[in-house]
Amino acid sequence: MPVKVTTDSFKKEVLESNIPVIVDFWAQWCRPCLMVAPILEEIAEEYEGKVKVAKVNVDEEGYLANQYKVSSIPTLYLFENGKVKTQVIGLMRKEDLIKKLGI
Amino acid sequence: MYDVIVIGGGPAGASAAIYLQRSKLDVLLIMKDYGTLEKTGHIDNYWGFEDTMDGTDLVIKGLGQAKRLGVQIIEEEVLDIEKDMFGHHKFSVKTDQRSYEGKTVLLATGQSKPNLRVKGFREFTGKGISFCAICDGFIYKNKKIGVVGNKKFMSEELETLSNFTKDIKVFTDANKLTVDVDFSVVEEKITEIQGDDVIGKVITEKETHEVDALFIAMGTPSANDFALRMGAIIDKNNIVVDDKFMTNIPGLFAAGDCIGGLLQIAKAVSDGAHAALALNKYVRAL
Repeated sequence: MPVKVTTDSFKKEVLESNIPVIVDFWAQWCRPCLMVAPILEEIAEEYEGKVKVAKVNVDEEGYLANQYKVSSIPTLYLFENGKVKTQVIGLMRKEDLIKKLGI
Repeated sequence: MYDVIVIGGGPAGASAAIYLQRSKLDVLLIMKDYGTLEKTGHIDNYWGFEDTMDGTDLVIKGLGQAKRLGVQIIEEEVLDIEKDMFGHHKFSVKTDQRSYEGKTVLLATGQSKPNLRVKGFREFTGKGISFCAICDGFIYKNKKIGVVGNKKFMSEELETLSNFTKDIKVFTDANKLTVDVDFSVVEEKITEIQGDDVIGKVITEKETHEVDALFIAMGTPSANDFALRMGAIIDKNNIVVDDKFMTNIPGLFAAGDCIGGLLQIAKAVSDGAHAALALNKYVRAL
């Protein structure tokens, strides 16, 4: 299951994670974000133990959205060893998302 | 409530409407113009016509055929499509005149073309250039926003964005403004988009305008604009459908050039027929 991440838990859950983390910047009013959600749930299940999926609600976590220059949602980042490895913007097919993220 | 609302009156839309009507479904076809075929003067590769056909004439014939068979056709401009939030089988299709409700929607509005081809456009797409006010507007609360557009589609986006900021400039990109706006308007042609990691400036012929975001709502909305707002998957400018011509949104179907593939009348007609058969099954199972 994807984990909800806040400004307070971001360091521990994402930056200090010992496995890669997909961070999904999303919001409730954004339809494409709502359609990415089930795809990410599948990825979280299929890659369990290998890749973590974290969700940041930009509505509640403006600081993080700002920090990571989120300018269009959904924006997904792949973090590895505390650093951004790839960025993917927008809704796409699951197979394309996996490929673009490089997981 | 209609069983199916078909958007687009070209070969895909009209063919689908004919099949749907003959399946005794309650179908409404909404169209605004003759699309790509309007610009096609000579058609020689479509089956069944001894003489060269004019694109516009062919579309008119197709619509006449649909009308004769009982399809209800209205000429209005669709501005927005919304699926019911609570998962009911209901779509609201808002036009420049009124709203219509359908259990399903078939998008057959032709190929979506990028409408601002300037330096920096691709680079900053998703990095400050947005195609959806309802998706991204909130991010730019009290920031400087530019909106590119000239018609009702732009007004709709403007209305959404004005909830987030009052610092808005409208860029017509040298197109004729057909609506009233309460914000400042730049009528010069856009020549370049600049920025660092994200967008920073819109350059027009004689001026430089600082922006934090640029929303594109040029002309009339395309199939991709509808798809994006509803959360339908788009791949390389084409709407992604399954083998039943349905998108990832249950009840939203697409056919013809807007799903890509061979951009030919024969293929669009085939898509329309296939989509109609799938829609018939889908509606009857609801």
